Amino acid sequence: MSFEALDIHKSFGDTPILKGVSLSVAPGEFVALLGPSGSGKTTLLNIIAGLAHADRGRLVLDGRDITRLPAGKRRFGMVFQSYALFRHMTVAQNVAFGLKVMEGARRPPRERIAARVGELLEMVELPDLADRYPAQLSGGQRQRVAMARALAIDPQLLLMDEPFSALDAQVRQSLRGEVRALQKQAGVGAIMVTHDRAEAWALADRIAVMDHGRIVQFDTPDALRDDPATESVRSLVEGVA
Amino acid sequence: MAKPILIALALMFLAAMVLLPVVAIFDRAFAEGAGAYLAAIRDPETLAAIRLTIIAAMIVVPVNIVFGVAAAWLVARYRFWGRRALLILIELPFAMSPIVAGLCFLLIYGAYGPVGAALEPYGIQLMFNLIGIVLVSLFVTCPFVMREILPVLQVTGEAEEKAALTLGANGWQMFRHVVLPNISWGLAYGTVLTMARAMGEFGAVSVVSGAIRGRTMTLPLQIELLYNDYNATGAFAAATVLTLLALVTLVLRSVLNRFGPNREAHA
Repeated sequence: MSFEALDIHKSFGDTPILKGVSLSVAPGEFVALLGPSGSGKTTLLNIIAGLAHADRGRLVLDGRDITRLPAGKRRFGMVFQSYALFRHMTVAQNVAFGLKVMEGARRPPRERIAARVGELLEMVELPDLADRYPAQLSGGQRQRVAMARALAIDPQLLLMDEPFSALDAQVRQSLRGEVRALQKQAGVGAIMVTHDRAEAWALADRIAVMDHGRIVQFDTPDALRDDPATESVRSLVEGVA
Repeated sequence: MAKPILIALALMFLAAMVLLPVVAIFDRAFAEGAGAYLAAIRDPETLAAIRLTIIAAMIVVPVNIVFGVAAAWLVARYRFWGRRALLILIELPFAMSPIVAGLCFLLIYGAYGPVGAALEPYGIQLMFNLIGIVLVSLFVTCPFVMREILPVLQVTGEAEEKAALTLGANGWQMFRHVVLPNISWGLAYGTVLTMARAMGEFGAVSVVSGAIRGRTMTLPLQIELLYNDYNATGAFAAATVLTLLALVTLVLRSVLNRFGPNREAHA
């Protein structure tokens, strides 16, 4: 699945948040949206997810215009900053949710759903915690459940909003590798919002550096290092290398 | 040293102001024996009042639940012009004397009011019947459900709802599986408060009921009527019914408090 956002504009009242942002994700590619808070990256992610709407611009998935498609019909798996797990559902129920709410004919039978949930919990290495509630889990475990829940719907694109920001440094390191491995295994393109450049460098195939509602440079980590487009990108790169 | 004194003061106050009056109601109701009590309860007018009170409450409570959830949702999840005004407006019944509320309804929906006069040619009468009683009861109880749910919605935030949407849930599935379980205790609590108030309301209902014996008398009105008729046994027997209804809601309330998960965290 290839995805494109074309010339996205968005204002809140008189304040422009996104000033013509374009972005593309190749099949299976991992793209990081890197920028300081207030640069518009979360707004862009919400527009891509269908949770907010652009004032101008288009979203294209495999050549099909999905700009006006409601969030639920896009089949984009989303991992939220604080995970947004359903607090009154068990881990297994959380992961099964996206399959259970599918419309009539597309909804898998009960046994299929249970098997799929088992597989996913196996994949995120939490097979024993199926009957726990989110409040009984550690931060890292919650993050994995959120990941499994997003992958359960067999997403066309994986969206992650600061997926590691609620974790302590040690857990963060080890989970990075796991998230990347899961995304590769699922063979799904991904967009991750982050303000942490080390995280972007460690995970992404390409990095879109955002500042004040624009993408300043969108390239591979190496290209950003060798040929920074602006002074701000240069100073950003120096910090990492 | 302060503790036992405070406890004693609190107990004395409660005994004088709450416990004794309730005991007195039952004492007086049974003063002429159980036979007289039962006869008073079985009085057709009293039975009609009980029936009317329960019917009115059964209409008011569901309407209030729908309105309260919708209003709480609107205020918690959307920013719009007039939001603050709406919040104040919804709480107006808390501040307004019920009898004044009743008079307002009479002015507007009565036969000589703008709405009442417009409907009269079609044979629709809004005051001095069940409709009027339901309307004013809705007015006095309208903040209860909304007030209980709003803080819960504000604390839980909308992240879970957004997650449900991205996972493919439609609006109803999101409400049914994500929102409703989160607000269920607040909703139950608000429902109990609404029920208690709808059954006990006197002032507003007395203005619009028309006081037709056996037809538009709710239980509180019937109690006053019997008392003014010097029918003390009848009045107090009817009062025991209303008190028992109140006690049932009170028990429901404490059960909810006891078993409602993290009510403190939500409230």
